[in-house]
Amino acid sequence: MSSSAHLKLTSNSYHSNSCFFSLQELTFLTKQEILLAHKRFTELLSKEEKDLPNTRVSMERILSLPELKSNPFRERICHVFSTSAHQDGSLTFEDFLDLLSAFSDSATLEIKSHYAFRIFDFDDDGTLDCGDLEKLVNCLTGETDDTRLGPEEMRQLINNILEESDIDKDGTVNLSEFQHVISRSPDFVSSFKIVL
Amino acid sequence: MSEGEMARLMEEVEEKKKLIGTIRNKPWRMKRRLVQLREAQQFVDKFEGALGKGKGRKWYAYKVMMTKKWIKFQRDFENFRTACIPWERKIKEVESHFGSSVASYFIFLRWMYGMNLVLFGFTFGLVVIPEVLMGLPYGSIPRKTVPRAEQPTAQDYSVLMDFNGYCKYSVLFYGYYNNQRTIGVLKFRLPLSYLMVGIGTFGYSLMVVIRTMAKNADVGGGDGGEGEFTFAWKMFTSWDYLIGNSETADNKFASITTSFKESIVDEQENQKDENIHLRRFLRVLANFLITCSLGGSGYLIYFVVKRSQDFASRDDLSWYEKNELELIMSLLGLVCPPLFETIAELEDYHPRIALKWQLGRIFALFLGNLYTFLFALFDEVNTKLEEEQAIQNASIWAMKEYYANYTRLLNDSESTPPPMDPSDVIRGPCWETAVGIEFVKLTVSDIQVTYLTILIGDFARAVIVRFLNYCWCWDLEAGFPSYGEFDISGNVLGLVFNQGMIWMGAFYAPGLVGINVLRLLSSMYYQCWAVMATNVPHERVFKASKSNNFYMGLLLLILFLSLLPVVYTIMTLPPSFDCGPFSGKVKMFDVIMETIDLDLPAFMGTLFSYAANPGLIIPAVLLMVLAIYYLNSVSEAYKNSNLELKKKMQMARDEEKNRRNNMDSTNQVMKDLEDLMPNQSLAPPAPPPEPEKTPEPETKPVKTKPGKGVNLQKDVALASPNPGAQRPVSRPPGPRGQGPGAGPGRGRGRGVPPR
Repeated sequence: MSSSAHLKLTSNSYHSNSCFFSLQELTFLTKQEILLAHKRFTELLSKEEKDLPNTRVSMERILSLPELKSNPFRERICHVFSTSAHQDGSLTFEDFLDLLSAFSDSATLEIKSHYAFRIFDFDDDGTLDCGDLEKLVNCLTGETDDTRLGPEEMRQLINNILEESDIDKDGTVNLSEFQHVISRSPDFVSSFKIVL
Repeated sequence: MSEGEMARLMEEVEEKKKLIGTIRNKPWRMKRRLVQLREAQQFVDKFEGALGKGKGRKWYAYKVMMTKKWIKFQRDFENFRTACIPWERKIKEVESHFGSSVASYFIFLRWMYGMNLVLFGFTFGLVVIPEVLMGLPYGSIPRKTVPRAEQPTAQDYSVLMDFNGYCKYSVLFYGYYNNQRTIGVLKFRLPLSYLMVGIGTFGYSLMVVIRTMAKNADVGGGDGGEGEFTFAWKMFTSWDYLIGNSETADNKFASITTSFKESIVDEQENQKDENIHLRRFLRVLANFLITCSLGGSGYLIYFVVKRSQDFASRDDLSWYEKNELELIMSLLGLVCPPLFETIAELEDYHPRIALKWQLGRIFALFLGNLYTFLFALFDEVNTKLEEEQAIQNASIWAMKEYYANYTRLLNDSESTPPPMDPSDVIRGPCWETAVGIEFVKLTVSDIQVTYLTILIGDFARAVIVRFLNYCWCWDLEAGFPSYGEFDISGNVLGLVFNQGMIWMGAFYAPGLVGINVLRLLSSMYYQCWAVMATNVPHERVFKASKSNNFYMGLLLLILFLSLLPVVYTIMTLPPSFDCGPFSGKVKMFDVIMETIDLDLPAFMGTLFSYAANPGLIIPAVLLMVLAIYYLNSVSEAYKNSNLELKKKMQMARDEEKNRRNNMDSTNQVMKDLEDLMPNQSLAPPAPPPEPEKTPEPETKPVKTKPGKGVNLQKDVALASPNPGAQRPVSRPPGPRGQGPGAGPGRGRGRGVPPR
C-alpha cells in the first residue's frame, strides 16, 4: 500500500474539503462527527505523537474513553477494528473512524451485524461455537462470581441458543445464521450504537 | 471507439459510480476502502470525459457537473439538518446513564416538540398574525371588547388566571376573530383560513404520525413472532452500547443475569399449573374491581362538571371551587394508575403481559375521563345555544331602545345615531370561547400537576432519602422509599393524552398550541434535570420491544378520537351569532361554500357539486375497501411463501448434511420418492432453484446486472458457504457485487436503515 493510501489528517489538511468529502463517502459519519472524532482522538495522543502522521494509540488509552470504559466487549471491539500487525488492539485514526462508522446511527443492519459477529467471535475462527458463546455469556453477566451462571445453567442456556439459531445443526452459529437471527430483532440496531 | 466498446465502457463507469455510492456499506478496512475509492474515482474521471465525444458532449459534461454539485449540496444539507437537531448532548448524557429506553422518552418528547412547532407556525402565521396586523384592533367591535360589567375586574390576577377578563377577549380564543370575509389590503380571507388551518392541523399530524410509524415498522422485520428467538436475542442484543457509566453498567449486568436465570427457569417449568381455578377467580375479581373504579371515576367527572355549571352562576367561589374540575381530572390521572397496579398484583401475570394490561387500563381511564368531560361539555354547549336565542332577541331590543333614546334626546330624527359603545352591547354566551377556556384550563392544570408531581414525588423524595438517611433506623436508600425510577410508560402516556387535548382544543383556542410549545420546551429541560438529579437506573430492564410503534399507534388512535368532536361541531352545531370568524352563518363549513361560489371560477363550483354527489362517493369508498382487501391477501401470500422458503432452506441443509455423513435421507418426502425409484439415488439439486421474485420483505431487490450474484458476506471469507442464504443467487457467487444501498438517514432516532 502506498503511503498516499493513508488519510492525511494533520493540522494542515484538516480543513480541506475534499478530505472530508472522501471521509463522508467512506463512512456513515457526518462532517461534525468526523471533526469531533478527530478532536477526541488527538486528546489521547501525547505531545510528540501529535505531529507524526498515522500514529497508533495503544489499547489502554483507547479504553480510557468513557464511551468504551464500561462496555464488557471493549477489548474485543479494539481487536476487531485494529489493523496492527502485532494484534495488540491498538488503533490508528482510520481504525477509530471505522469503529465509529460501524457503531453510528446511520450504519446499515448488515454492517452492524457483520461487526457484531466478529466481536462475539472470541477465538476468531469464523463461527460462534460453544466456547465463544460461553465467553459471551460470562462477559454479559459481570465480573464477580456471584453473578455468573453455574455450569448447569450455562449448558442449558447454550443449548437453547443453539436450538434457536443453528439452522444447519452443525453445533456452531455461522455468519449467515447470526445475521438471520439478528435481522429479526427490533432492539439490535438501536442498542448497537456508540456516539461520542 | 466503436459503439459496443462505448456501451461497455459506459456500463463500467456506472458500476464504478455505484461502488463509490455504496462503499461505506462494505465491511472492509479503511485503507482498502480508500484505495478502492481512489481507483474508482480516477477511473470515472478519466473515462467520463471520453464518453462525451460526439454529439451532446457539452450537454453530457454539463449533466455530470450538475450531478456532482447536486450530490455535494445534498450532503451539505444533510449535515446542516443534523446540526440543527437540538438537545443531542443532553439526550446522549441521559442515554449513557440510563440506557436507551429512558432516552427514547426524551427522543419522543423532542419529536412532539418538532410537530407542535410546525402546528404553531401554521396557526400563528395564518390565523393570529393576519388578525392582529390586518384586522380591527381591540375595543372597536363588541366581540373584541370586555363588557362594561366586567371591566372593573378585567385586569385582576385571579380573573386572568381563570382566562377571563382581558385574556378571554384576546387572540387566544375563538371569540376574538372577526367574521369579515376579507381583511386588509391583501384581501386575506380570514374565516376560510381559520377553518383550513383547523382541518390542516389534523391532516398534518396524521401524515407525520403515519410516516413515523411506517419508518418504525421497517425495523424489526414485521412479522417475527414474540417468542421466536428469545435466548439468542437476549444474548446478542441485550447489551446497550450507549451505556457509559459504571453504575448503570453494573445494574445492566445484574438485570441481564436475572433475565437469563429467569428464562432458563421459565423454559423448564412451562407447565406450572398450580391452582388454575383460584387464579382465574382472582383475575376475574381484579378485572371487576378495575371496571368499578373506571366507572366510578367517569361518574365523578360527570358530577363535578355538573357542579361547575351550577358554580358558573354564582360569584362567591373559593379557589378550590373554581378549579375543582381540572383538579379532579388531574388527580384521577395521578391516583388511579398506581391503584390499578396494586390490584393487578392479584392477577399474577408475566411482567410483559402485566405491563400491556396496565397500559390498556390507563388508556381506558384517560379515554373515559376525556370523553365524559366532553359529553358534559356538550350539555353546557347546548344550554348556551338555547340561551343564545333569548339573548339575540334581547340585544335587538336593546339596540332599538338605544336608537329610540338617542333620537328622543336630540329631537332630531334625521341624523343617524352613532353605533352603541362596544362595551355596552349585550353579548351572547359564545359557547366556542367557553369550550376553548375549558381546554386551556385543563391543559394548564395538567402541566401544574405534572411539574408538582416531579418536584414532590422525585425531588423531595430524593432529598429526604439522602439527608434523612443519616439519622434513620433503616437504610432509606436500599429499603422503603429509596430513589425513584423514571416511569417511562406513565410519562409517555401523559404526553400522548396531553397532545390529544391540544388537538381537541386548538380549534377553539388558537393560542393553545403556543402554550403547548412552551410546555414541551420547559418539560425537556425540567425533566432532563430531574432524571439526572433524582432518578436511578431501572433495576429490571426489560423492554416492551415493539413499544415504539405501540406509542405511535396510541397517538394515532388519540388523533382520530380528538378529530371526532371537532368535526362533529363543525358539521352540526351552529356557530354563535356574535363572536368568532363564522358568526352569522348557519353552519361553520358554509365558509367553504361561500368561497367556492364567490372566489373560484364557475366550473370549479360545478366540479365540486359533482364530487360531492353520493353516487360518486359510495363507489369510491367501495373501491378503497376492495383495495384494502386485496393488499391484505397479498401480504398473506408473502407470509406464506416466506415460510415455504424457510422450510426449503432447512430441507436443503438437512439433505446436504446427510449426504456428507453418508446417512440415509431423513426427509420423509425424499424417502418416499426414493422408495418409488429404488435403483437411482435421488440426490437433491445443489442450490435449490430460487424463485424469480423474492417476496421476503427484508431483502431489497438487487439492482445489478443479471448474472451477478450479490452476497455481502462473501467479501469476508469467514462464513461457510451457504447456498440457500437469504439473498437470491442466480449462480454461485462471482466477483464482488454491490450490497443494498444505504439511505441517508441521519439524526438520532430517525436514522433507521431503510429495508
